[in-house]
Amino acid sequence: MSIRHGLLALLERGPRYGSQLRTEFESRTGATWPLNVGQVYTTLNRLERDGMVAQDGEDEAGHALYAITDNGRAELRDWFENPVDRTSPARDELAIKLAMAVGAPGVDIRDVIQSQRRHTVKAMQDYTRLKAQAITAVEKAVADHGAEERDDVAWLLVLEQLIFQTEAEARWLDHCEARLIRLSAAAAASRTEPPPEGGSPAVTPRTRSTARSS
Amino acid sequence: MTTATPQQPVLRLQNLTRVHGSGATEVHALRGIDLDVHPGELVAVMGPSGSGKSTLLTIAGGLDSPTSGRVIVEDTDITAASPKELAALRRRSIGYVFQDYNLIPALTAAENVALPRELDGVSARKARAEALAALAEMDLGHLAERFPDEMSGGQQQRVAIARALVGDRRLVLADEPTGALDSETGESVLALLRSRCDAGAAGVLVTHEPRFAAWADRVVFLRDGSVVDQTVRSEADSLLTGRAAQR
Repeated sequence: MSIRHGLLALLERGPRYGSQLRTEFESRTGATWPLNVGQVYTTLNRLERDGMVAQDGEDEAGHALYAITDNGRAELRDWFENPVDRTSPARDELAIKLAMAVGAPGVDIRDVIQSQRRHTVKAMQDYTRLKAQAITAVEKAVADHGAEERDDVAWLLVLEQLIFQTEAEARWLDHCEARLIRLSAAAAASRTEPPPEGGSPAVTPRTRSTARSS
Repeated sequence: MTTATPQQPVLRLQNLTRVHGSGATEVHALRGIDLDVHPGELVAVMGPSGSGKSTLLTIAGGLDSPTSGRVIVEDTDITAASPKELAALRRRSIGYVFQDYNLIPALTAAENVALPRELDGVSARKARAEALAALAEMDLGHLAERFPDEMSGGQQQRVAIARALVGDRRLVLADEPTGALDSETGESVLALLRSRCDAGAAGVLVTHEPRFAAWADRVVFLRDGSVVDQTVRSEADSLLTGRAAQR
């Protein structure tokens, strides 16, 4: 999957050795998904077995170099041309947790939502600060040498992906909370009907507190 | 947290409550809010609609009075101030940024920014010089002679931020300032607000957009008129690099 194709993409720019690939992968993605050298060599071995890379001698320091093959190039082109599959979603721990929290005894789902929201928004704050730094770096590179640094731009894109992802999560949490409040208010209302002739006072605070404790 | 901050807060809200109506129709919009905002700090207030976040901002800015509790702006308790003192304080110490920009249509950007200083009693000439300096500092110098209807929404909002912080003003209260803007322009408005706070202003931002709240140093969550939770950002160095170092 992604490590495999990430390595192929780096190798397309010329032969490289293992720890060099690791460094380049991390500087592209800002070490968001750290690799260890072991993973890099395992992946290279598999790529070699599948005919996508081949050993290509050694550099002066004696590092074994790997080069991309034609098969590897075809695989890489294929990867860029095809969308990443979103139809069989990866297991999402938070979605599972909230699903399990619905009606779980002794669990206030609103507390679960709030503690996640705090964590998620805090992560967004941190990513946003990193993003501000990354933008400054990109702009500085443009001002200094009239071109952006490839690694800075790549890192910025990765960071923005993290921000969009956490934003989607925060919005979804808001939505879950609003939905739960509406549902329990509706449930409370249907328990206390028959429908009104006169208005019952103090309905607002009461609905609120039931909504919270459900 | 901010306990180690040496400077006095620019804004302090102490045990603030606001009750609308009375008896059976009583609504507690705020229930005992405590909040300090220091120079250099941008605080975002988030919460569902009806959670009290706009009430909090209007009371912090002296546009509405609390039922109980105190609002202290730059060492002055505005809840105890006379109407005249309050008007002066509002004009001199507090800058507002609203969703709909609120620039005066008949005035240019420079004149809009100069206006609060002229109301402060500064000479027209000095006020204009300060306005031009404020605009230039925010990279808005090229807009100085434009009228609001000759500027985009994002430009107007940036001018509104310049106006809020002209002179020695250092408290800016922003109510959904990005509400009418597309997301990229909204980001640039937030980036400006952020940079003004980095330069020493204190800011409170009410927003329902997590992506904009994420520019803040602290995010306060309001629910049913109470602060239920808040976040403090960590040092950036400990973030992803920290995780990378754990492997």
